[in-house]
Amino acid sequence: MGKVMLEVNELTTKYITRFNEDVYAVDHVSLKVEEGKSLGIAGESGCGKSTLALSLMGYYFSPLHYTSGEIIIDGQNITGMNPDAVRKSILGNEIAYIPQAAMNALNPTQKIINFIEDVVQAHDPKVSKKEIYELARERFEVLGLPKEVLQRYPVELSGGMKQRTVIATSVILEPKILIADEPSSALDVTSQKMVIKMLRYMMEKGYVKAMIFITHELPLLYNVTDDIMVMYAGQIVEKGSAQQTVFDPIHPYAKGLMGSIIVPESGLKDSKLTAIPGTPPNLKKPPEGCRFAERCKYVTPECKRFPVDMKYVEGNRSYRCIFSEEHLRKAYQNG
Amino acid sequence: MAEKKSCLKGVGLTKVFGLGRNKNTAVDHVDFDFSEGEIVSIVGESGSGKTTLAKMLLGLISTTEGEIYFQGKKRDIRSQRAKKEYWTNIQAIFQDPFSSYNIFNKIDSLFLDCINMRGGKNLPYEKKVEMMTEACSFVNLKFAELTNKYPFELSGGQMQRLMIARIFLLKPKILLADEPTSMIDACSRATILDMLLKLRNDTGMTIIFITHDIGLAYFVSDKVFIMEHGKFVESGTADEVILRPKEAYTKRLLNDVPKIHEEWDLSTVDIKNQ
Repeated sequence: MGKVMLEVNELTTKYITRFNEDVYAVDHVSLKVEEGKSLGIAGESGCGKSTLALSLMGYYFSPLHYTSGEIIIDGQNITGMNPDAVRKSILGNEIAYIPQAAMNALNPTQKIINFIEDVVQAHDPKVSKKEIYELARERFEVLGLPKEVLQRYPVELSGGMKQRTVIATSVILEPKILIADEPSSALDVTSQKMVIKMLRYMMEKGYVKAMIFITHELPLLYNVTDDIMVMYAGQIVEKGSAQQTVFDPIHPYAKGLMGSIIVPESGLKDSKLTAIPGTPPNLKKPPEGCRFAERCKYVTPECKRFPVDMKYVEGNRSYRCIFSEEHLRKAYQNG
Repeated sequence: MAEKKSCLKGVGLTKVFGLGRNKNTAVDHVDFDFSEGEIVSIVGESGSGKTTLAKMLLGLISTTEGEIYFQGKKRDIRSQRAKKEYWTNIQAIFQDPFSSYNIFNKIDSLFLDCINMRGGKNLPYEKKVEMMTEACSFVNLKFAELTNKYPFELSGGQMQRLMIARIFLLKPKILLADEPTSMIDACSRATILDMLLKLRNDTGMTIIFITHDIGLAYFVSDKVFIMEHGKFVESGTADEVILRPKEAYTKRLLNDVPKIHEEWDLSTVDIKNQ
């Protein structure tokens, strides 16, 4: 087993609305990412994927609030740290975050190199401009971006190029963990592939030690990450290796999600897509029992009675359902 | 089997933007013939001219050259009246469902507009409610829950389904769907595609599906047209084009999509490319 880079224990965070209602978007989430590994988080929109990403950084600002649990980055517990301290010493140095529209972070009136100078000097004001230029040039070269980009303004670059520039900048301080939240969903397929290639390259070169990749595009997740975690209504419902989760899901929700995969391969036309009916529950008043019960095909009255705990099964997998693995598999076979 | 009737046909369709040195040919002499009740996909990267072609088909922009034939007759939409007449036959759904709604109106007024436009103005209100309920149940939504809601209260997937319900009420001959699923997550995407298929099977509508995702195109369509730099480089039935591609461009597009049963080859892209 490799060194654990990020460990999260029972993390719970909530949003407080302006009517003072609590919305538990991340509910008792535990995860571990080892050095050199990547973890994928899948789920439909509104299930708490992005809130989890924001919570992992330990940088909370209203309306997001910390409730309980702990976050340990490479042995250092960052829970309960002052937000200013987190911003200075954790973000960028220890953990970096790429949002979906990362390219909008570029300042249209600044050259790319000035933007990078700002990033580096915010963490260490003593570094000279010349040193920063050398660092940026070398880093861009390794990641396959032409060094001319540094002297350009954002308007002169294409969308995919801007996205890759921001990603390269976000790892310039060599953070331990990179959280990529849908980094490629605003791009076309070719640029998406370039972004993925670059992320893989950064892992290989050791600019980042571990990665968390968030997306709802399951074929992409399968190709990028080692492990996949499926989230539903703020909870983890299934955890396992990419291979296991995609081809052999246990939880009914994961099963439904994998049934909606569309790839241009023969046999797709004959297969029936299994869309999951209904909508996720309102997290202001989450259901007492299993949160997926309302939409589940295999629901029993028992499901709605008590909160469901994670079950651990063979092969380092876990899922959140009251039924045993055999029971679920039998149910899937019978349709 | 009898030959299917032609629904929309284009001959040498061209659109040029700009003049002289700034000349930019967005669509370059494309020919096609879409039959009635067919689902056709137009696949291409951003900037390949898909949306320009769609706008020409809708009559939103003029054509530089070439002719469009609608149900065998040459399309003439020079007068405003003829244009309105044409739009009873062709309708569109777009990428962003939110931009297609008036945000100050509630959902039911949107549907009432559709009914009124299709000659249902003098129907009793109960009859209109019945029609709206039918349209909503077609897309698995409950009309009673939606009547008093504003667009911002709904999710993107729900909005896009409502757009399909609207099309169901309007019953055009042709539906032009321009990237209808690109702002929706993978799970609701399956629902939307299922509904488009159902719409075709129930009403015999011709659906033109525009997308950059070749996987989606393969799933929904009977015929696929691959577009590159304003030209159709490859066309044929979905199985022919996707499973046995001939053109290098089609092969590249297929290669760029992540797959699950085959190895995804990352070496084909050069990240130095601007």
